Amino acid sequence: MLLAALVPPLFSSAQKKDLLSLVEDTVPKKEFISNAFKSTRVIDGQSMEFLGKGVLDTRILHRFGLLNSGANNLYGLDQANMRLGFDYGFGRNLMAGVGRTNINKELDGFIKFRPLWQSTGPGSVPVSVVIVTSMTMVTGPYVDTSIKNFFTSRLAFYNAVIIGRKFNHWFSLQLTPEMVHRNIVNYAGDHNDVFALGIGARCKLSRRVAFVIDYHHIVYGLTRGTYEDPLAVGFDIETGGHVFQLHFSNSQGMNERAFLTETTDKFWKGGIRFGFNLSRVFTIHAANKHEY
Amino acid sequence: MTISSASSAQGKYFTRQANISFDATAGMEKIEATTHAAVLILDVATGEIQIAVLLKGFEFEKALMQEHFNENYVESDKYPRCEFKGQLLNNKEVNYSANGIYPIRIKGIMTLHGESHEVTAQGKLTVRDGHIQGEAGFPIILADYGIAIPGLVKDKVAERPRITVYCSLQPLKN
Repeated sequence: MLLAALVPPLFSSAQKKDLLSLVEDTVPKKEFISNAFKSTRVIDGQSMEFLGKGVLDTRILHRFGLLNSGANNLYGLDQANMRLGFDYGFGRNLMAGVGRTNINKELDGFIKFRPLWQSTGPGSVPVSVVIVTSMTMVTGPYVDTSIKNFFTSRLAFYNAVIIGRKFNHWFSLQLTPEMVHRNIVNYAGDHNDVFALGIGARCKLSRRVAFVIDYHHIVYGLTRGTYEDPLAVGFDIETGGHVFQLHFSNSQGMNERAFLTETTDKFWKGGIRFGFNLSRVFTIHAANKHEY
Repeated sequence: MTISSASSAQGKYFTRQANISFDATAGMEKIEATTHAAVLILDVATGEIQIAVLLKGFEFEKALMQEHFNENYVESDKYPRCEFKGQLLNNKEVNYSANGIYPIRIKGIMTLHGESHEVTAQGKLTVRDGHIQGEAGFPIILADYGIAIPGLVKDKVAERPRITVYCSLQPLKN
């Protein structure tokens, strides 16, 4: 009996305590947030999300005619406008893209950079800050051939700062102070510089479907009443490598200069058109190559 | 009177750099990932083994696949950890003080995506000069853990992915 008491018990309750608690590292680590929006665009405007490094995104955008143009026009589907674009991720915080819209045969190119990335854990940051700069070039024939036209008349420039936050796994919100500078405008009353504030929000409804709103409030530079604030609402549907964004909007433009300065339809008075964005990503350079 | 001591290798062995990889390839596209930061602890006296791994630590070759894994499949924001708590069934057959390769059978409960399920695995332990290396592999059924594969990709993602664990253990000093 005495001997048994001296032998260290092999199956005492102390052995049954959680072994992992002896070795597991419970220090929280800094983690960057991801998937605030399912795509690099909210709907029309840029979102706070980026592509991975070495990833190519092929984007096809369609904007149709007005829904209230009647059944004969298939509620606007007969009038289809398109932008084809390619975006590439140079790094986790740097991407660029080019595209071409059939309206005015307009080329566009942009660079997007993220100096601040929202994170959790030690040294956490509550928001992401993203900088966008882009240029558009109309390549169609000059509108007014009776005046002297310059090459620089074809150009416009867009710059924006996006401040965004993923609040939780189903809601993200971003604000975008932005401005467009057009080298030439159509009417004497239009300003060359247009300032706006973009508001983008995403509500995730299920693992693969999200509801998205993209609204831009024109602050200065356009005559209210002649021009309207662009508003788009829609759904993102993600399947495998594709993201489909199906939406309704009052604007037809597919680059920033176009949808900010050329929207004239009134959203709440039936001036709505259907459109969709289709995005397909390809991994050009694989990350994390392992030897197995 | 003599005090009988337990076997000379009484103690716990652990690592914080266990390798865990899985292969869920079903179609043409390779679906596999590895983490090098799993925590594993083995009590050689009892054969009790516990593993914990952070799901965000799994690295894929394709960034989008990694994002889908975290957002849509394992939902790692809600369930950040995968845990295994179990037992070496034939622990008594392993002589931890003699160099050699010992086949092992493990049984326990794995908790993933908020659900727990029993798992059995085969593997081997290699004892060499006081160090232990372990390898084991086993399949799991995703449906057991509430992980759904959407219809569109049913022929691309395996319903029963194979998991492989590889580790090199050192003694835990108290």
